[in-house]
Amino acid sequence: MDHPIKRDHARFRKIIKGKIRENLRKYVSSGDMIIPKGPKRFSIPMPQIEIPRFKFGDKSQGGMGQGQGNPGDPVDGQPDEQGEGKEAGQGEGNKDVEVELTIEELAQILGEELELPNIEPKGRHQIESHKDRYTTIGVIGPESLRHFKRTFRESLKRQLIMGTYDFRNPLIVPIKNDYRYKAAHTKVEYENSAVVIYMMDVSGSMGDEQKEIVRTESFWINLWLKHQYKNIEIRYIIHDATAKEVDEDTFFKTRESGGTLISSAFILCRDIIKKDYDANEWNIYPFHFSDGDNWSLDDTKLCLEILDSDLLKVSNMFCYGQVESRYGSGQFYKDLFEKYGERSDSVILSKIKNKEGILDSIKEFLGKGK
Amino acid sequence: MDKAKVLSDDLLKLKLEIRQFALDYGLTFYDVEFEVCDYDTVNILAAQGGFPTRYPHWRFGMEYDQFSKGYAYGVQKIYEMVINTDPCYAYLLNANHTVDQKIVMAHVYGHADFFKNNAWFSNTNRKMMDVMANHRTKIRRYMEKYGADEVELFIDKILSLENLLDITDLFETTDVQRHRQEIEKIASAEKNKTFDDDRSEALRSFMKSSFTQQQKKAKKDKAIKDKEREKERDKDKEHQSEEERARAERDGDKHKDSLDDPTKNATLLKVLPRPQRDIMKFLAEHAPITEWQSDVISILREEAYYYLPQRVTKIMNEGWASYWHSRIMTEKSLEASEITDFADHHAGVMQTSRKSLNPYKLGIELFRDIEYRWNTGRFGKEYNDCDDIHQKENWDLKLGQGRAKIFEVRKAHNDISFIDEFLTQDFCNRNQMFTYKFNPRTNRFEIDTRDFEAIKVKLLSSLTNYGAPVIEVEDANFANRGELLLAHRHYGVDLDLNYAHDTMKNIWAVWKRPINLRTKYDNKEIIFVFDGKELRPVA
Repeated sequence: MDHPIKRDHARFRKIIKGKIRENLRKYVSSGDMIIPKGPKRFSIPMPQIEIPRFKFGDKSQGGMGQGQGNPGDPVDGQPDEQGEGKEAGQGEGNKDVEVELTIEELAQILGEELELPNIEPKGRHQIESHKDRYTTIGVIGPESLRHFKRTFRESLKRQLIMGTYDFRNPLIVPIKNDYRYKAAHTKVEYENSAVVIYMMDVSGSMGDEQKEIVRTESFWINLWLKHQYKNIEIRYIIHDATAKEVDEDTFFKTRESGGTLISSAFILCRDIIKKDYDANEWNIYPFHFSDGDNWSLDDTKLCLEILDSDLLKVSNMFCYGQVESRYGSGQFYKDLFEKYGERSDSVILSKIKNKEGILDSIKEFLGKGK
Repeated sequence: MDKAKVLSDDLLKLKLEIRQFALDYGLTFYDVEFEVCDYDTVNILAAQGGFPTRYPHWRFGMEYDQFSKGYAYGVQKIYEMVINTDPCYAYLLNANHTVDQKIVMAHVYGHADFFKNNAWFSNTNRKMMDVMANHRTKIRRYMEKYGADEVELFIDKILSLENLLDITDLFETTDVQRHRQEIEKIASAEKNKTFDDDRSEALRSFMKSSFTQQQKKAKKDKAIKDKEREKERDKDKEHQSEEERARAERDGDKHKDSLDDPTKNATLLKVLPRPQRDIMKFLAEHAPITEWQSDVISILREEAYYYLPQRVTKIMNEGWASYWHSRIMTEKSLEASEITDFADHHAGVMQTSRKSLNPYKLGIELFRDIEYRWNTGRFGKEYNDCDDIHQKENWDLKLGQGRAKIFEVRKAHNDISFIDEFLTQDFCNRNQMFTYKFNPRTNRFEIDTRDFEAIKVKLLSSLTNYGAPVIEVEDANFANRGELLLAHRHYGVDLDLNYAHDTMKNIWAVWKRPINLRTKYDNKEIIFVFDGKELRPVA
């Protein structure tokens, strides 16, 4: 029988299902907690429910430490909670454990908590890759790969057969034919590839807050897609009345003013796909973020045309995220909604009210498993 | 617990050997039962505060989750665990090397000696194994009867109060209790006699206050030990209602009849003889709650008080255990081949940090320092007043009282008095201690000072009331509206208002009337009230 604590544990997990999302929300929105530490490592707090108690405020009080240094020298990091050394001791302690997670683990947690389905790639495994794995034995090879045990065995075998083995003087002398080497086995793997094309309206009405939302959201979307595809490329397009392709940094920092022609971005997106990504080989994800303003009805009409005739045909799905802003009218969402409705499989619409809305929006985008 | 095994012959031999070393050094302890467990079992035990059985609650699942993950990700590993019972139970990890097992055993005997001899542990219930098991049975029964969710929800609320304990309760023995109750009975009888006479209001109020003083002198608290309570449930109920009646009468409340109502009416309790720091007990006795709820509070309270001595002696306890594992290992038990492993392990435990003080390190160094000072006579007026640096440096009266002194210290002190009495300027310097604080200009934590007095003050204040804010019930009928008034004794640090809000919400759910909190915030005296909806300052 299982220990009763497994029931407590299951209960805890259940509570967190509601609760961890709060937690996730907290650090998704703050963005600060997600600090890449070295390549591909992140530090996130473990899910924890804190029972409220009277306690002292003002962490900036600081604390005490031991070591060298003069007044004014920095003490690295945040103060620890008083507690746990290496041994757990006999009492209760405070365990604010931070666990280092790899991107994969983080993505897994995200997937688990949001109950994201795994993506079923379009069924073409076009890109071949060759992988060498040393899983077999060969009779030729460099000395550095010599397999001692196998060589020894061959030698022993030969000497036994020839009757030259003397158990009183068990001397094994390998000759050239006895030598065995580790050899590589080449495996062909087919990989799924995906490209994400982010488009963002950078006209005057998109403020820093809106961009921060897009940035956080795209971080998590990338995280998930990277988890799902071996080979992934990310392209960025910004637009106001005209569109251009930029690098990641520029994408989030640029602020233009002036009008908005969404079609300009769609056209550029179409061209990029045409030029670089064969729809038979690539899973294509265009994402568009704006505050919903477009210059004219005519342009919106043009957008819908491009969507229908080009983008939707080649992409897994087209995602539009409308970031709420004080200045935006939100008209574009309405237009898309009118045409494709809520339940469309190929066009996914999402409204992002504020930072807290990011997780729900991610779930809307990625919840289809496409 | 089926996964825990008794000792193999090898380990048993080690145990007897180390036990003998400990006895030879003069340690005394209840028997120690070692059990060998796999990692999962150790995680489970650690999650349950060392005990194999606890009442069902998600919190233990959370702890378990964290220990397991901590282990899986390699961030933390539990080496040693021992619980304060008679006999002491200690757990050994089956994957550990022999040398590790030896260290753990030696360390455990240090703890066992401390549990038995330190004054703050003198009244802990050594049969806590059984008590914990009983608590589980009771709470399970309540869950069956009243619904698991309902009971869990209530436990969640009460856990909010777990740090509102009165440390002096640790010294209330059964004798003291009985004595106090008798005095109270007499007092209330007297009260009855004199109540309806025609003495003036002033005279009566004078008598009342002299009664409170007498009561204060008579003895500490009004605790009715929970244990007693369980055993003598019925008898106790008498006491309780008598006590309450007495109180009500004292306060001139004539509606006696309503006291027979099983749900206690909070508003009857008008004046508290003095502020109550034992808030859990206060609520168990006076909040308008059902019998089972009151019992749940008592259960959680008993468990909280069981752990309290460990919370107020963390530095000493770990220091003492480390001191002895170090002595036993280096002087008696180590094989030559084990020395590097021991050094490695020991150094890991003693690791200092710039961000926090390691209780193991601080404790062991202090005990060593005390031993050295009392061996050489480096204490007292003569030594302190000595101005001659050379003479002071070579000071050695060859007293040899060190060992005796540390045994005495481990008996009489807790962390606060330990630090207060034995932390010296010299010690701070040698151990490179400093305080740090946040510098908003550079946006980082920076070393603040190495000044001895400042370090000591900071350390002592962080240990005051085991690191929790001091909060007392001051008035149970605040503003004559049956509201609760809590008073925060402000010693320089403000409360975190978000947490205060959530905590007061939980107390409100028990008390069912608005909860007031008097505190200081931003250097201003202020009363906050939680009225069931929000926390706001009282205008």
